[in-house]
Amino acid sequence: MKRYYCFPVLIVLLTSLSAGAQIDSSLLNGMAKTDTTRKKLSMDAIYDRPFLKMGKLPVAIGGYMEANWQYVGTSGISIGNQFQFRRFSLFAASSISNRIKFLSEIEYEDDPAGDPDEATEGGKFEVEYAAIDIELHPLLNLRGGMIVNPIGSFNENHDGPKWEFTDRPIAMTQMLPDTWSNPGFGAYGKEYSGHWMYGYEFYLSGGFNDSIIDNTQGRTFLPATKASTTRFTKSASGEPLYTAKISLGNDRIGELGLSYMGGVYNTWQIEGATVDDKRRVNVFDADFNTILPWTHTNIVTEWAYIAIDIPPNYPQSYGNRQFGGFIDVVQPVISGRMLGWQHATLNLALRGEYVDWNVGNFAATGTPMYNDLWSVMPAVSFRPTPQTVLRLNYRIQNQRDITGSTIGATIGQTRGISFGVSTYF
Amino acid sequence: MSKRYLIISGLFVLTLAITIGSVSSCKKLMPDMIDPNFGVCGPVDDLTNSQTILFSRGNDQFFAIRDAATGLGPYFVSNSCGGCHSSDNRGHPFTILTRFGQTDSTGNKFLGQGGPQLGSSNLPGYTPEQIPAGAASSKFIAPITAGLGFLEAVPDTEIINMARRNANNPDGVRGHPNYSAVPSNIPPLYGSVPRADGKYICRFGRKASTYSLVQQVAAAYNHDMGITSDYMPINPYNYLDQTAPPASSPEVNNDDFNSVVFYVTCLQTPNQRNADDPTVKRGNALFVQIGCETCHKQTLKTGYSPIAALSNQTISPFTDLLVHDMGQALDDGYTEGDAKTSEWRTTPLWGLGLARNVQGGNIYLMHDGRAHSIQEAIKLHGGEAAASSARFSKLSTQEQNAVITFLNSL
Repeated sequence: MKRYYCFPVLIVLLTSLSAGAQIDSSLLNGMAKTDTTRKKLSMDAIYDRPFLKMGKLPVAIGGYMEANWQYVGTSGISIGNQFQFRRFSLFAASSISNRIKFLSEIEYEDDPAGDPDEATEGGKFEVEYAAIDIELHPLLNLRGGMIVNPIGSFNENHDGPKWEFTDRPIAMTQMLPDTWSNPGFGAYGKEYSGHWMYGYEFYLSGGFNDSIIDNTQGRTFLPATKASTTRFTKSASGEPLYTAKISLGNDRIGELGLSYMGGVYNTWQIEGATVDDKRRVNVFDADFNTILPWTHTNIVTEWAYIAIDIPPNYPQSYGNRQFGGFIDVVQPVISGRMLGWQHATLNLALRGEYVDWNVGNFAATGTPMYNDLWSVMPAVSFRPTPQTVLRLNYRIQNQRDITGSTIGATIGQTRGISFGVSTYF
Repeated sequence: MSKRYLIISGLFVLTLAITIGSVSSCKKLMPDMIDPNFGVCGPVDDLTNSQTILFSRGNDQFFAIRDAATGLGPYFVSNSCGGCHSSDNRGHPFTILTRFGQTDSTGNKFLGQGGPQLGSSNLPGYTPEQIPAGAASSKFIAPITAGLGFLEAVPDTEIINMARRNANNPDGVRGHPNYSAVPSNIPPLYGSVPRADGKYICRFGRKASTYSLVQQVAAAYNHDMGITSDYMPINPYNYLDQTAPPASSPEVNNDDFNSVVFYVTCLQTPNQRNADDPTVKRGNALFVQIGCETCHKQTLKTGYSPIAALSNQTISPFTDLLVHDMGQALDDGYTEGDAKTSEWRTTPLWGLGLARNVQGGNIYLMHDGRAHSIQEAIKLHGGEAAASSARFSKLSTQEQNAVITFLNSL
């Protein structure tokens, strides 16, 4: 069995390990090539996609889409068979010069804020990423524009075809916002030495707003900010959101990422008059991924902790601490030529998830606030090519409300099965 | 293509086809419906299709979360009906209400200062509301929502008759209806007629000071969430801050409002569990024998209701809908309607055994959750209930446990 990389984005633009931190611009000028190394970090994911260059056009383009069928029931209630077109993303990249690159991504998403209520109102097209990279030195690259904040690994590495599950991790989409991008500027750098890789990212950007504690979810909900139509031009707090990440990788051990994102989220000042205290949100995230060398088992995990300054006299249903994450284990069982495809793979996979929306105890009673969920999701996936995945998932989920009750239309036991397809093109 | 791969790929496709087919036709892969013996969030039986649609809309609105953009606040206790009535059940102390300002039947003297309810939470930037100096107050945990439509359908005559039967009670039980003034825009209930002074028999709330579910829902939106409706168009905050602009239109529209009223009207009654268990039966008999049933009436009959499923039904709410003097220990110095400060409406006991499900495995009983067990709650019964409480204390441990087992079966 050939060596297999479980999140098989195997079309790689980043090959020149010694030349610099940016990708080799020549790679944008043709069909992407299959990666034969593991010299990459999660921070490379934004360019770690298949691009196609046509003729003499100065731009390479690509994209992906996700669609699925699902049948989900909670507490015995189901809305039946649902056919969903979740995402359609177009990205375009160009090499402006040897060390200046530009990449943009425009995405249609059925649920851009991770809010099920909003999903019923239809999806949206949004500019998810549009940034220029200027390399001064391999360890000092400037990036500016609409950037993806490097909080955790999923936010940077979220393309549907990379995953064996139709649903994105709950903690990384509803506790943290996924595809969380903002206007901003910063720097990044990385270096490879033998089996080791090091990288850092640091950005200042626009950030959150008051909706994270004033929303129709009834809980602290960072993704609520994504519904703002003005956040790309106006920062609610007038202060930058700081995002920083360091990554340490070894091609035999795996990659560890530690990241932080924080800043003032609320509108504390109106026309020069102070109307509230400055209130901060701080996010701490740890991610790790590896491939076990003997079994080629891929393990990806990410866990985040959020601390939020909630105004006094505010309902405790808006928690001041949240914690959650996921772990994916993907085991290739057959890899090679199947049904005429040269590099097909059949995988078994399992995802475990946990989210606690309200860490801590009730002030009134000193007893625990619940409002949590856990989920286990076995999966089978088939990849006729590394860029395309067919996946069959079965979700087993239990959820409690803040009082611990499991009786209700949206809490209690959820079971769901889904079959989906996602592909780069 | 090797035979091995062909077989495996075929199995994959077959598994997929079987899965999709079986899920569509078989419910085994899906969780079971909520057992109506343990959940109280389903509708009454025999709703028509159009009523079921309205009930479903009401369910959505009952649990819909309000934010500032949709009218919440500035002062509020919770941001949804479901925030206080988890799973349509009783409340948890973390959303406890604080009422203040009224000490006798002459009314609440603090309405102009934010009364009758404290907005225990406020939107950012607003000064927290305080109880005005000199105002008496009391804390209330939200009662169970299920079965309210049946209680509304109990005729006034039935309530009056229960009060009359108390006249010569040897234990001194003297419960009476709470007559209160009802705003003129609240629709009258079928068969309800005012007393000579214009006041109506009221039945909802800890003091039985609320007339109907329309009034209850309007007050809940207004006082609990700071949301105006056609029935209560002024936000309590406007009494405190006369410069604040009033809502230009009701913050909950009539369609949504009416759906919530219909929803709470048509929620099922809690079912008794293990009714045939010998210990439960023994406990039930002791419950009657020591006099609890004098107030916690086991059986009531509904009268006419425009909703056929509620008409002329026999129900087991374990209440007489009257207010009773419960003694000094439970006298918080605050009241509503015609009730005295020591008088409380007999709390319906149906659903009592389900309280732990929505109170984090614990139990918080009495009007403010001060009792952490059923035994403790019984011991807190004074006044008209003192004799029954004393009889309970004199029961053997085994007999007391039987009573508790019975109460937990409700």
